[in-house]
Amino acid sequence: MKELMRVFKAGIYKDNPVFRQILGICSSLAVTNLLINSFVMGVGLMFVTAFSSFTVSLLRSTTPKHIRMMVQTLIISAYVIILDIFLKAYFPSMSKALGPYVGLIITNCIIMGRAEAFAQKNKPFISFFDGLIMGLGYTIVLLVIAFFRELLGFGSLFGIQVLGENWVNWTLMIMPPGAFFMLGIVIWATYGLFPKEEQDKGGVKA
Amino acid sequence: MIEINPLVIFFASIFTNNMIMSNFLGMCSFIAVSSEIKTSLSLGQAVTFVLACTSVLNFLIYNMVLVPLGLEYLRFIVFIIVIAAFVQLVEMIIERYFESLYYSLGIFLPLITVNCAILGVSLFMIIREYNLIQSFAFGVGSGLGWTLAIVAMAGIRKKISNAKIPKGLEGPGITLIITGIMALAFLGFSGIVQIQ
Repeated sequence: MKELMRVFKAGIYKDNPVFRQILGICSSLAVTNLLINSFVMGVGLMFVTAFSSFTVSLLRSTTPKHIRMMVQTLIISAYVIILDIFLKAYFPSMSKALGPYVGLIITNCIIMGRAEAFAQKNKPFISFFDGLIMGLGYTIVLLVIAFFRELLGFGSLFGIQVLGENWVNWTLMIMPPGAFFMLGIVIWATYGLFPKEEQDKGGVKA
Repeated sequence: MIEINPLVIFFASIFTNNMIMSNFLGMCSFIAVSSEIKTSLSLGQAVTFVLACTSVLNFLIYNMVLVPLGLEYLRFIVFIIVIAAFVQLVEMIIERYFESLYYSLGIFLPLITVNCAILGVSLFMIIREYNLIQSFAFGVGSGLGWTLAIVAMAGIRKKISNAKIPKGLEGPGITLIITGIMALAFLGFSGIVQIQ
């Protein structure tokens, strides 16, 4: 249980893949103009990270060391294909909106990073959990960025108009520069925010 | 699919549909390697070369092997294998025949395999249904566009290396903000040529 807690804290803020390790931001920015896109992308990434970590961990003692990168890539690709087919079958419009970015999950450094750094050395169950939580940390950041971009860019949240008729859309926010600015600001904000909170939470738990 | 002149695709993929500035692809190495002009130029060259070749290779494999066999859904796995194998091959060739080039480029080659831009170009060209020449133009253009962006970024980062930056923004934070401003500048091109 303690182990799970540690993994949980690391994934959500201590070593958050996006703003702490600056991993996987290629895809994190492209889909953040709408909350719903980010949500689907985040859930997809959680699925792929969790299961590929699980599989890599299962095979960790039988995989020859020097070809492990290739094996990991193949495992990841297999899960991404499953995800792609699933989206195409049940959410065709979503699959269209995400376009190539579903496929680009393969090159998302988070998955490879977790497979290499965690799943290679740990038991399957905890690796699965680690992948899930890392994916969750990624999803949260994605949703935060998408929240501001959609709110300011379209005046809506999850497609529901919230800011009223008089709201003038900030077109900049839905264009690429808005994504870069938002991520920069998020990194800045978390830098100031989390070192403190980390200590506080640690104090309460201890 | 309307036939688009390959030249239009070429220029569009450099300026208006720049891989980094409008599609956010290849960000990881863009942020990690953009600290020196020289190294980023070498990396840009390597990426352009690999892109030009893999876009053609992947196009041929997709249309001549996967489509006839009805195995389109395997494209992710096939593309990534082609890219990895090609990068490995290039690395071996230049190590054997062009030693000086190997020392300036060699360390970046493994990095290229996981550069999202490479896989991204292959996936985009399938989705947009380009033909062979268009795919080639798209590959080369995207590579040049990526190089342009990373070299410009390296130049800017050199200039700001002495500037006083708020503590939390140091490193990736400020790079992202600068990228945002650069993306704004690239938006200025957006009227010239348009694809999709």
